[in-house]
Amino acid sequence: MFRRLPDELLTSAPAVTILIDGRPFAARAGDSVAAALLASGRPACRTTAASGDPRGPFCMMGVCFDCLVVIDGRANQQGCLVAVAEGMEVETQKGARDSGIRRRT
Amino acid sequence: MGGGAQFDVAVIGGGLVGGAIAFGLRALGPRLLLLDEGDQAFRAARGNFGLVWVQGKGAGLPRYGAWTQRSRREWPRFAAEVFDASGLDVALSQRGGIHLCLDPRELEARAAALAALVDQPGFERYDYEVLDRNALAKQLPGLGIDVAGGTWCSLDGHCNPLRLLHGLHLALQRAGCVLRPQHPVARITPRADRFDVATPAGTFTAERVVVAAGLGSVKLAPMVGLAAPLRPQKGQVIALERMRPFLPLPLSTLRQTDDGTVLIGDSQEEGGLDETVALPVLAAMAARAVRAFPALRAAHVNRTWAALRVMSPDGFPIYAQSAAHPGAFLAACHSGVTLAAVHAEVLAPAIAAGSLPPSLAPFSPRRFDVPQAA
Repeated sequence: MFRRLPDELLTSAPAVTILIDGRPFAARAGDSVAAALLASGRPACRTTAASGDPRGPFCMMGVCFDCLVVIDGRANQQGCLVAVAEGMEVETQKGARDSGIRRRT
Repeated sequence: MGGGAQFDVAVIGGGLVGGAIAFGLRALGPRLLLLDEGDQAFRAARGNFGLVWVQGKGAGLPRYGAWTQRSRREWPRFAAEVFDASGLDVALSQRGGIHLCLDPRELEARAAALAALVDQPGFERYDYEVLDRNALAKQLPGLGIDVAGGTWCSLDGHCNPLRLLHGLHLALQRAGCVLRPQHPVARITPRADRFDVATPAGTFTAERVVVAAGLGSVKLAPMVGLAAPLRPQKGQVIALERMRPFLPLPLSTLRQTDDGTVLIGDSQEEGGLDETVALPVLAAMAARAVRAFPALRAAHVNRTWAALRVMSPDGFPIYAQSAAHPGAFLAACHSGVTLAAVHAEVLAPAIAAGSLPPSLAPFSPRRFDVPQAA
């Protein structure tokens, strides 16, 4: 679905390696996390809190909140508003974020 | 009923009070009219917190404590009726609730106030517990270490108030009642056999009118010989992002909704018809919430809003039937969610029957006519 522009049209942005769900991916400096996720070939990066349906980056400008991911352990981060950094760990967000409070059963 | 009027009953106000009364009258079908100012109204029903709450209510008027407890008992049946009539689940949960006290002095004052409340002559007593921090933490995982404690009452609960408002409106539509949003009432004129209710979009006639227009009732009630000395009291609410369920019970100032959103709301501000949010108050609310549950420090704020409570001079509801125009009724209160069940199940049938029961006499606005002692 998404392809990067041919190399000759790109600036010579250096590669930045991030981890997506534990697997290395070569993003480019200046990519947003959402752009890197799309370039990695995955259409969805989370499941919704309400219905559990898959969602992926949509507006790419901070409005739709559909690109929420866990970045370096912090949940509910808008992937389109965060730039990739070397070694960054990006994880699929499943449902609502965890409050960190353990509920007794 | 009969005669020449278009409607048997016109309910003025489509918020939770008017909506619940109309819901209780929905068997009238096309003979019931609900007039509503529209979304530009100061609408408490769109901004409230959603508690179905008992503990702490009724100091100074035991009858209000009993009325509140009756509504709590009616709530499960009412919620089931709303579901049957609208298909919407209002997410009623009545498994108890907690009033949190951050400081020891707060807890002391709260315990004394509750003891005095249930000891009032004629008060319908209920059980509650004063819990210290460690006892409370057993019920509330994640509770902050420097919380003094709180009071727990098994009668408290919460629901989804927006779904309730929506459900009431849907049920009325499905029952064939006539809903007219964007119809602010400019004038009610009592006639010999009916009331003329004038709006910019035309005049409607009804044999009975119920003024349930929240703060709008201040202007409308005197047109039918009733007094509605109501004032706005601002409450601000913070909505955090959705989180996985962690809070098993609602607190009076913090609750997690059925879909995971955490709501924080504990401001009470006197300042007229002002619905603006203010950062200093929101910051204080957020700080208290973080002290209660330190993990909330990391949570995002999704929205904030303010809404105006409909307050009477003594804080209790006002129900009245006009002596001059007995077909006219007034209902006003700030507990539109908690009391929705009795408004639908008790107040509405009384209005249909033509008079309010003696048990509602303590809520007459005539109580405000007593001259103040010097």
